[in-house]
Amino acid sequence: MNLKELYQEIILDHGKNPRNLRKTENFNKDAKGYNPLCGDKVHIYLKLNENKKVEDISFEGEGCAISMASASIMTDMIKGKEKNEVKEIINDFLEMIKEKDEIKTNLLKDDEKTKLMCLSGVKQYPMRVKCATLSWHTLTSAIDKSQNEINTESLEV
Amino acid sequence: MNISNIKKEFPIFDNKVHNNDLVYLDSANSSQKPRVVVDRIYDFYTKEFSNVGRSVHYLAVAATNLYENTRTSVQKFINAKDANEIVFTKGATEAINLVASTYGQSHLNEGDEVLLTELEHHSNYVPWHYLRKSKGIKIKFAEINEDGDITLESIEKKITPRTKIIGVTHLSNVTGAILPIKEITQFAHSKNIPVLVDGCQGAPHLKLDMQDLDCDFYAISCHKMYGPTGLGILYAKKKWLEKLPPYQGGGGMIGEVKKESITYGDLPNKYEAGTMATAQVIAFDESIKFLNKIGMVNVIKHEKELIEYGQELLRKNNSVKLVGNPKKKGAVLSFTIDGIHPHDIATILDEDGVAIRAGHHCCQILHDKLGLTSSARASLGIYNTRDDLDKLNSSINNCKKIFELK
Repeated sequence: MNLKELYQEIILDHGKNPRNLRKTENFNKDAKGYNPLCGDKVHIYLKLNENKKVEDISFEGEGCAISMASASIMTDMIKGKEKNEVKEIINDFLEMIKEKDEIKTNLLKDDEKTKLMCLSGVKQYPMRVKCATLSWHTLTSAIDKSQNEINTESLEV
Repeated sequence: MNISNIKKEFPIFDNKVHNNDLVYLDSANSSQKPRVVVDRIYDFYTKEFSNVGRSVHYLAVAATNLYENTRTSVQKFINAKDANEIVFTKGATEAINLVASTYGQSHLNEGDEVLLTELEHHSNYVPWHYLRKSKGIKIKFAEINEDGDITLESIEKKITPRTKIIGVTHLSNVTGAILPIKEITQFAHSKNIPVLVDGCQGAPHLKLDMQDLDCDFYAISCHKMYGPTGLGILYAKKKWLEKLPPYQGGGGMIGEVKKESITYGDLPNKYEAGTMATAQVIAFDESIKFLNKIGMVNVIKHEKELIEYGQELLRKNNSVKLVGNPKKKGAVLSFTIDGIHPHDIATILDEDGVAIRAGHHCCQILHDKLGLTSSARASLGIYNTRDDLDKLNSSINNCKKIFELK
């Protein structure tokens, strides 16, 4: 893994033109995430329907290419999933970022897995791991509404 | 000692970073250490170690003398009137906390105002914030002008009859702005207001003269001055150190201890409770000797030339924007690149061996004011060369290439 592989086309594309960078109308779940070390901020908005399915997900925020791409790719693949499925995908992603190379879950299509695996390269850059995980932790918080604001400094990864 | 060949005095440059020569541009964060300083720490621990100021055996006496030698060296280096005006602390942060805490406790009441500037590092804001919580004081901020400068006028504007102390940086760690400390002090003293100067960036890059600046307090970070970590210095006028209450209590700072009462030691012991960073203090003497051998005049000349060269390079580089445009600028080049986040810049530069810092540099107030969440910062030290700045520039170009910018 070298730098060029980390900053590959998919990351740059999503980093520069993030998908779902807006605010969901009538959202019923939301949470903010903040990385005090670099100032990266993200605000996730979710609309869960009565079957606990993600009808819409969006985010607002600013940050580096890695954090913006991560939030962009995440929101793209979470749409349409059920709450429990969302949690499974989050866990799988965080495990990949921590120690594994692959996305295992069957809930995602192969091309979606490939996109997520583009982010696995941040493992080589420990100071940047939090950039990739900020939006995912914030999504957990939005879904559970356990905490109002996620702060990367109080998290393990 | 010739500054053009100074890199070889720093062992760190014998190492490679990602198979590249190290281009170290993070000295505002912390400077690298010359061999003499590293060796001094080793020698002290292996041949001369003892605690200071307590025992009467041979090693203790010798170590105490070495420790006090550094105090005298610092006094001369900053031209303080008295060696007892030099207090060793664990860092500049502790030096500022010492002032905020002791001055706050004894001189500040509800509604009193502390005047800071928008350029301040968090370490010259947060300690005062505690007093806002505990004592109900107010904190005001002198505003920067469009160049990112703090002028005497911007200070004057915020002075009220309730202003009880002014805290200002000597040299901004973001814009590099050098503040007119002498003028600020003269003005403040005409209103009977004491001045605390955060000299973290001033001390390594400027010629210091406490008697000329006439400030009441000056905080120094030794690890930014080619010295060891874990050590700072508070310069304070003797009248303040005599008048203010002690900061921390413990061994070494006492006069007489009874069940009913305690008296405190004389200066400087009153402010040096517990076992101090002995080895660091003794090794710091080597940092001062090292700087004296080069001569601060030469340090200033060398860095001025480099900063002008660096500014020119970055100004010519499309899409690079310098943060602030102060009239007098010290060894800091903060910048942004449209379309690339500072953290991505720092990661890509790192791969080329170019070490910079990205983030808010502990100055969120300033970044908010400038409408930025973060910036990239290349900061200089005596070991930097034009070649380093050329490498910075070419690495920035590499960054732009990866991000497909022109």
